[in-house]
Amino acid sequence: MTSADTAHPEGPSANRQAATLELRHISKRYPGSDAPAITDLSLEVAAGEICVLVGPSGCGKTTAMRLVNRMIEPTSGDILVDGRSIIDRKPSELRREIGYAIQQIGLFPHQTVAENIATVPKLLGWEKRRVAARVEELMELIGLESAMAARYPAQLSGGQRQRVGVARALAGDPPLLLMDEPFGAIDPINRERLQNEFLRLQGEIRKTVVFVTHDIDEAIKMGDRIAVMRKGGVLAQYAPPAELLMAPADAFVEDFVGADRALKRLALQRVRDIDLWDVPIVRVGDSAAEARRLAAASPIQHVLLVDGERRPVSWLQPTDLTGDRVEYHEGRVTMVELDDILRDALADLLQGQVMYGVVTDHGGRVAGVLSVEIISEFLAHQASGQIDEAPTPAERLA
Amino acid sequence: MTPAIVLASVFGQFSDGLDFLVHQRESVAGGVQVGGSTMWPLLGKHLEVVGLSMLFAVLVAVPLGLYLGHTRRGDFLASSISNVGRSVPAIAIVLFFSSYLGLSLVNLVFAMALLAIPPIFTNTYVGVRQVDGDVVDAARGMGLSGLQTVGKVELPLALPLVFGGIRTSVVNVIATATLGPFAGVVTLGDPIINASVYGEAGRIGTAILVAALAVTAEILFAALQRAVTPAALRPQRRGLRERLRTSPRLAQVADTPT
Repeated sequence: MTSADTAHPEGPSANRQAATLELRHISKRYPGSDAPAITDLSLEVAAGEICVLVGPSGCGKTTAMRLVNRMIEPTSGDILVDGRSIIDRKPSELRREIGYAIQQIGLFPHQTVAENIATVPKLLGWEKRRVAARVEELMELIGLESAMAARYPAQLSGGQRQRVGVARALAGDPPLLLMDEPFGAIDPINRERLQNEFLRLQGEIRKTVVFVTHDIDEAIKMGDRIAVMRKGGVLAQYAPPAELLMAPADAFVEDFVGADRALKRLALQRVRDIDLWDVPIVRVGDSAAEARRLAAASPIQHVLLVDGERRPVSWLQPTDLTGDRVEYHEGRVTMVELDDILRDALADLLQGQVMYGVVTDHGGRVAGVLSVEIISEFLAHQASGQIDEAPTPAERLA
Repeated sequence: MTPAIVLASVFGQFSDGLDFLVHQRESVAGGVQVGGSTMWPLLGKHLEVVGLSMLFAVLVAVPLGLYLGHTRRGDFLASSISNVGRSVPAIAIVLFFSSYLGLSLVNLVFAMALLAIPPIFTNTYVGVRQVDGDVVDAARGMGLSGLQTVGKVELPLALPLVFGGIRTSVVNVIATATLGPFAGVVTLGDPIINASVYGEAGRIGTAILVAALAVTAEILFAALQRAVTPAALRPQRRGLRERLRTSPRLAQVADTPT
C-alpha cells in the first residue's frame, strides 16, 4: 500500500501502471464435490487490457475471477500479479490493490456516495485531503454532480449506483480491476451507455481488467481478449474477439458465439476501416455529357449530385442527364457516417432498401460509397487471415 | 356489586396506592415506616439490579451475536437460545440459582442477565445476518478485514435491531426484578410480594411505579434505537420546522402573535 504513496506523492490522481496478470494451471475443487469448479486454467492478461471471462452459467467464470483477489483459494496452481505470486500475500492487503465491482454492487447503504467511494483510500491510510480530492476526481470521472456526494445509495438510480460502484472500485487507483457482470442488472439502454462510458474511461485509465459476463455480445464489445469457458471451468478458447468470431476453436465455442457470428464481427469495425468505393461526383451546371460518361464508367452506373460543400443531394442516372448541363434534382440518398459501426451501416443500407449508401465525414461531405457487396467482400477478405487489425474496444469508441 | 361500585373501589385503591408512594405511613403490623421516601432505597436497588444485569447481558450477548452472525454460524444456537429464553420462567431461574449462588445480589443479577440475554443475542445475530450478502462480499472484496467488516458494516447496519433487543430486555428485566425478594434482595418487588407488611396500598402503589418505570424505559430506548439507526435507513419523518416551512397554513399559524 505504500507503493501508491511513494509512486505518486504529488497528488490524489495517481495513475499507477497497470499490472500483468497470469493464472498458471489453476484448479479448484470444492470439498464434497466430484466435478472440479476450475480445471487446469492458464491465462495471461497483458497490462492495460480487458480480459473477458465468458461462458454459460456454472462454467466457473466468476470463480476464476474471485481467485485473483483470493476471495476463493485455488486447490492448486499459482496466480501472479506483475510477476509476483499472490498466494503468500495477506488477502485483505492484496484486495486493497485490486479493484472489485460486482453486479449487485454492494454499496454500503448507511454511507453516503462519497463515503462509499472513499472506502479503499481510507483503508490504505491516505490522508484526509487526498481522500477528498480523490473522491471529487472520481465523481467527475463517472459523471456525477458533486451534489450527489452527500446522497445515500437508496437515493440513486440503478445506473448511478452502478457508476458509484465502479468509482469505488477505482478509488485506490488499483493496477488491476475485477468486474463481475457490472452492468448485468441494468436495462439495455442504460447498459449500453454504461458500457460505452466504461470503455471511454478505460481509454484514459488503462487498467488491467478481468471482466466476467455471460453475454457474448457484451464480451465482444468490451474485450481485448475473450476467454470462453465451459462447464468444469475448462478454458475453451482464449482469443481476441475477431479471432473468436472468425475461427472458433471447436463446436462449443462456435455454438456459444452464435450462428450470427459473421454479423457480430460487423460490430467490431467502423465504416472507416473498410476500403470504400469512389463515387463520381457532379455539381449543378457541370457538363451533362461528361456526367453520362462518368456514370457509364463507374460500376455504380450513377453519378452523385452534390452541393457546393460536397454534401450529397441526389443520385442521377443517365436518363436524368438529358440536357446540356446537369440540372438540380430532388432526391433521397441513404447516408452513413465514417464513424458508424459496420453493423449499423449495414442496417441502414437494408432499411433504406438501396444498393449503395453514401459515406460522409464529420462535415457531411462525401467520402465514398458503401454497399452490402463491399461489406461482404471485406468480411471474406478478413476471414482469409487479416484479423489482427481489429482495434481495441477503447479505440473503437474513440 | 354494580359496575359503578367496582369502578369506585378500583379508583379508590389506585389513589390509595399513589398516596402510598408519596406519603410515609406505618406498616400493617406496626412499628415500621413504609411508603413515601422509604421507597428510595428499594428503587435504587431495583435500578442497580437492572443496570448490572443489562450490562452483563449486553457484554455477553452482543459480541457473541456479532461473532456468530459474522461467521454465519449458529443458526441452531440462535433459535434454541431464544426458544429456551422464552419458555423458562424467570422465577424458576431465580430459585434454581439461589441454591447454587445463595441468596444474594449476584444470584439475582445472574438470573436477570440470563433472562435478558436471549432477546439481545437473537436480535444481534439476526441483525448481522440480515445485512445484504452482497454488501458484505463487497466489503471483503475491497480489503476490509473481518473485524473491520463487523465494525464498519455489519454492526452499524445491525444496530437498530441490537437496540430493539436491548429495549425488550430492559422492560422485561424491570418487571422481573420484582422477584428480588426471592433471592434475598430488597427491590421494588418487596412491597408487591409482602403485602402483609406494606398493605394493599403498598402492593398497588409499587406495581404502578414498576409499570411506570417499564413504560419510561420503553420510550427512552425507543428514542435511543432511533438515534443509533443510520440516517439513511431511518424512516423519513418530517420535523415540525420543515412542515412549517412547506405548509403555508401552518406557517401562518406559527407567525400569528399570541
